[in-house]
Formats: sequence, structure tokens, C-alpha cells
Amino acid sequence: MSAIQPPAETIWWKQPLDRVEGTWISIALLWSLIMFFMMPIWHVYGKQNLSNEAYRTTPAAFMAKTQAMVDEYTVRTETDMQLPVVHPPPGSDIYLIGRLWQWWPLLELEKDQTYRLHISSMDWQHGFSLQPVNINTQIVPGYEMVLTITPDTSEDQTIICNEYCGLNHHTMVGKIYITDGGS
Amino acid sequence: MNTEQFRICPESGLQFHKPAETLMRIHAVAAIVILLVGGITALLVTLTRWPAVHLLPADRFYQLLTMHGVNMLIFWIITFEIAILYFCSSTLLRCRLATPRIAWLGFALMMIGVVVNNAAVLKGDASVMMTSYVPMPANPNFYLGLILFAVGALLGCFIFLGTLVIAKEEQTYEGSIPLVTFGALTACIIAVFTIASGAVILIPTYMWSMGWIEHIDAVMYRLVWWALGHSSQQINVAAHVAVWYAIAAIVFGAKPLSEKVSRTAFLLYIAFLQLASAHHLLVDPGISSTWKIFNTSYAMYLAVLASMVHGLTVPGSIEVAQRAKGFSQGLFQWLRKAPWGNPVFSGMFISLIGFGFLGGISGVVMGTEQINIIIHNTIYVPGHFHATVVIGTTLAFMSLTYFLIPVLFRRQLVMPWLAKWQPYLFGLGMGVFTTVMMGAGTLGVARRHWDMAFTDAALGFDYPASAYTLMGLVGISGMLAIVGGAIFILVTVLSVFFGKPVESESPYGVAATILPKAEPTIEPAGGHAATGKWGFAAPGTFVFAIFFLAIFVVYYAVNWKYLASVWPMQ
Repeated sequence: MSAIQPPAETIWWKQPLDRVEGTWISIALLWSLIMFFMMPIWHVYGKQNLSNEAYRTTPAAFMAKTQAMVDEYTVRTETDMQLPVVHPPPGSDIYLIGRLWQWWPLLELEKDQTYRLHISSMDWQHGFSLQPVNINTQIVPGYEMVLTITPDTSEDQTIICNEYCGLNHHTMVGKIYITDGGS
Repeated sequence: MNTEQFRICPESGLQFHKPAETLMRIHAVAAIVILLVGGITALLVTLTRWPAVHLLPADRFYQLLTMHGVNMLIFWIITFEIAILYFCSSTLLRCRLATPRIAWLGFALMMIGVVVNNAAVLKGDASVMMTSYVPMPANPNFYLGLILFAVGALLGCFIFLGTLVIAKEEQTYEGSIPLVTFGALTACIIAVFTIASGAVILIPTYMWSMGWIEHIDAVMYRLVWWALGHSSQQINVAAHVAVWYAIAAIVFGAKPLSEKVSRTAFLLYIAFLQLASAHHLLVDPGISSTWKIFNTSYAMYLAVLASMVHGLTVPGSIEVAQRAKGFSQGLFQWLRKAPWGNPVFSGMFISLIGFGFLGGISGVVMGTEQINIIIHNTIYVPGHFHATVVIGTTLAFMSLTYFLIPVLFRRQLVMPWLAKWQPYLFGLGMGVFTTVMMGAGTLGVARRHWDMAFTDAALGFDYPASAYTLMGLVGISGMLAIVGGAIFILVTVLSVFFGKPVESESPYGVAATILPKAEPTIEPAGGHAATGKWGFAAPGTFVFAIFFLAIFVVYYAVNWKYLASVWPMQ
């Protein structure tokens, strides 16, 4: 019963390492360093990185920018709620609001074009979860996150909310439609 | 010293101080009552997420999920951990417990906190999940309950530290404190950090909920809250690793391969685990990549390294002890001849395997800055932490409880045949449960979500059929695990309250003795490694470790490949 008794040797820190421990520690340390350096390496060579770009904002200021985009680029409306579908020009700044319990407006983007997507919340925290491509980020009130995205698949995408936001959390659904361009 | 209050357990040789013994018993019993509440809510929550059953209405689901999280992750585990702290100080060091009256005050505060918090959630206006992210408001009593519980737990930590001081002062042990007590000290230090972080965030949030302060920044809240939320899971890691070492010592008489390595690994936990807050913020706005990378990796994965070291040294110490007893054929005779019918051992070993293979690998993978994009807030996340906290911590604590029933409670185990199967049922159920949850998360299924079919939503979405299959399996395997958990509660409650007394006598009033140093190891001819292979004292464990690493590397690479297939972003 030794691990529940004081060490046998008073100067226990001078006891030499067993070979099995030394070997394993070296291997495990090497693997830890590889995993660590993978992250900066992916920032240089990988294509999927979140930007460090974010701004402080207020619900009113963010709403005004989103409304301006909706007023200019709405192409049609959907459902009984007359939800606007916005088709902004490729390369532009586009805006998405998360609020109880809606992602607004619906977006229509062109495949293989790049957009600067700004997202913020009007009220509580929300989870931007784009399915089925499976991109997930945290949306926090007071912060405007900017993601530069390039849709490279032609399947329409659904935005669900994956941060619990109250009773109707599970009804918070939005859309990003993808067109083949040149519309 | 007053020797009236000590007794020696004849079977284990452990020496109990009466006030400490009573406190350990009351903490363990309270913890198991809380586990029962957590288990009932687990049943109802799982039956709701099982798509074919979908039992509860939405409001009730979110309410019970909040209760399940707080009771299991905070109340059950920390209450049991205070019992472990008293055991590792007073009992292991053969010392009187410092200030038992204040320990009772701490216990009372903890229990008042549990009741206040649960009452707030049951009232219906505090269904905010364990995380209670601002600015979603909860009934102020939700925060108040957590604060009271934390103050009580902090008193428990100080009593543990005070007892170490008394043991040193009164020289109740020779040399340095045992490794297991050292591990408990690690857990205690992390607990003090955790509770301080909790105070920093929960007290202002309480004041905000009372209307005394106007605004709490939501990202700041997340950063400081997770210094409570994740660090509290690091208390569990330190505590259950200490329990692994304790069980290896109790069942096999195992001795750490080297004190230096095991203790340094615990020190790495203290130095780096607190950085864990970061990997909850990997896809948050307003935080730089440099900060995320350094912190999510616990400073170049030095805390992960510590867990990989314990993962080798715990089974390694068992292997060495078994080989010394003559089970030295081949690579794995030591393991085949282990007492698989003893739930104290089987539970501990399943805990070790499940924690490493399921919880450890998935945790590191999803804590990688970019890979988090495909995992954040999906049901993969609860899949991961059920592997660490339920298979790792809870199952380790269950194993220890089987040992404590005769030793601490002086009762024989009722239905030992059922207890023998319990770790397998619980471990297998949770093993499948966590694996299929992670599978569903990979398909994008959200956590904390009442309806994966989105039936009430204006716009719909259909998950692939495979996601429904996996969530069905979550339901079925969850039921298996819940039966395993129910058997544990049944066996322990019946044993403690109705079990036959242990036959031997253990009267109070014995003279307190001094805890001696461990016997020096008798080196077999040819040195420490002669019973092993390749100059390794524990070659079987080493082969296991390499197998573990191979799976780790492959799974890590697969996830980068999956990430590379999603839309380019920068």
C-alpha cells in the first residue's frame, strides 16, 4: 500500500526514472508539440480559420446596417411572415441578425464568391450553426463578428441556433441559399 | 492527543478520527442523494432527446436539463470530493480533522445552496442551463444557491489544508505526504482557484439579477464563468486520478513507478489546467487567435502531457505490482489475472480506459482552435464531457464507494453479485452513449435542443437519417447507463442503511499511531526491470500506451481532413 503511504526514500526526488516512463514522456511531449504547432501552421496553410476581426456594436447600430442591406437587395419574400430573401453583390459586406427566435434576413449567395459576413445578436447569446456544411460560431450581443466566407458547395444551407436561448430556441431557423452565380 | 476518538479498521489498517468519519459519511450520503436527483433528471432528459420517444414538453425539458447539469456537474461531484479531501487528510495521515464544527457549517451551507438553487429551477424562472449565460436572466436565487454552495465547499478546502498543517505539526506521518494526499492537495488548490473565479463572476451576476448593477459584458462573463466551469472539471481530474492511485495501492499494493514523475504530473495540472477556460471561447468574437492557441493548448499541451503520464503510470504501477507477485508471463498476464470480479478494481480500470480513449482524445481534438468550428455547441460536446466526468470521475468515485462501505460505514455490501456487474453495465452503457453522441455531433446535431425535427419552426431542416439513428442509440444506451446508475444507488443505499454490520470489531479509543513510510522496494535480481521486457518495468502498459497514441493520431488527422472539407473562411 504504497501510494497511500509516504515515499520509502526521504529524498524521493532523486530516485531515477524508470526507462518506460522516460520513453513515454518523450513520445508524449513530442506529440503535444506537434499538436500545438498544427494550429499556427493551419493559420498559414489551411483555408478554414476564423478571423480576429470583430467590433463592438449596439443592437440599434447593427439593425440599421442590416436594414440598409435588406432595403437595397431584397429579391423576394418567403413564408406567411414575409421574410425577405436578400441577394447582395459578391464581395460585399453582408449582415445577419440573430434574435429571439429568428435568423434575419434570409440570404442568397453565389457559389465560389467571397463575402464578408457580419453577425450579431439583438438580445441574448445565440449559436450560429450552418447545416449541413457544419460551421459553428458563438454570437454574442454587443459584438459584431466578421467572417470572410466562400461558399464552395451548391447545396442550400440552413442556419440553426445551437446556443440555448429560451423556450422557442428550437424554432430559430434561417437559410443561406446558394445559386450558381450570374443571376 | 485525545485518543478516545480514533479507531483502526482491522481489514484495511486505516485509522479513522470519529468527527471526520461522521463528516465523510454525511457528505457521501448527501452526494448520493444528489446523484439520485441528477439520475432522475437524466432519465427524463434522455427520453426527450430520443426522437422516437420525445417525452417532455419544451419548457419542462429545458428546466430539467438545467437541473441535471447543475446537480451532476457541481453538487454531486464537489460534495463527494469534500469527503475525499477529509479522507485523504484525516484518514490517510492518521490525523485529527481540523475544526470539525466549521466543517459542519460548510456542509450546512453547501446543502442550503443545493436546496435554494434547485428550488429556483423548479419554480420555473431559472431554466438557464448550468452556464446561465448573460444577458439571459434567471431568478436571483439560482445564483445565490451556487454562491452559498461554493462558500461551503471553500470552508471544506480550508479544513483539508488545516488538517495537513496539524498532521505536519503533530508529526502523524514520517517523511513526505503520500502521493494520493498530494493528488488531493492538487485538487484542493485547483478548487480554491475555481471557487475564487466563481465568486468573481457569480456575485456580480447575482447583483445584476437583483437590479443593482446595469450591465455585464457577455464575452467577459464567458471568460470568467469558464474559469469556474472548466476548472471545476479539473478538480475532478485531479481527484479521480488520486482515486486511481489509491485503488491501485489498496487492491494491488501498487507503488508509483517513480514519485517524482507522478508528483510532477500533478504539479503540471496546477500550473496549466486553469487555462482551460479558453477552449470554450474558440469561436467567440473579440478574442485573438494567439490567445486562443496558447491557452487552449494549456501552454503547449503540458497539462495533456500530465494526463498522458498518469495514464501510463497508474496501470504501469499495477503491472509492476502484479509482475512482482509472479504474474509475469507475456505482456498481459498481469492484466488477465487482475480481480475483474471486484467492482473496486473493475470500476477504476473502466474509468481509466474510458477517460483516456473517449474523453481525453475527444477533448483534445475539439479543443483545437480550428477544429472547434465543426464541433462547437453540437451534441459532440456533451458526448465528450460525459466520457470525462461520468466514465472518468463518477465511475472512479463509485469504485471508491464500494471500498468505503465496509471500511468507513462498517457494513457488508448487499447483493454483491449485482455490484460485481454494475461497473460493466454502467461503463458499457456510458461508453456507447458518449460515442454515439459524438457521432451525432459530427453530423451537426445541436446540444441543449428540444426538437431536432424543427416541427414548429417557420422554416424547416431535415437532418440525415443517420443522425436520427444515432440519437435513437443515444436513448437506448442512455437507458443502459441509467440502469447501471440505479443499481449503484440501490446497492449503496441498501448496504449503508440496511446492510449487515461487518463481522470484525473496530472500537474507538485506540492509541493513535504514526503513519510509517512505505517498505523500500525489494529489487528483483537484475534490477527493477528484470521482471519486464526490453528493459521496461511495465512493457504491457507501454504497448497499451502506444495503441492509445496510434488511435489519437489517426482520429486527430481525420478531424483535420473533415475540417478541410468545409467552406473556406478567414
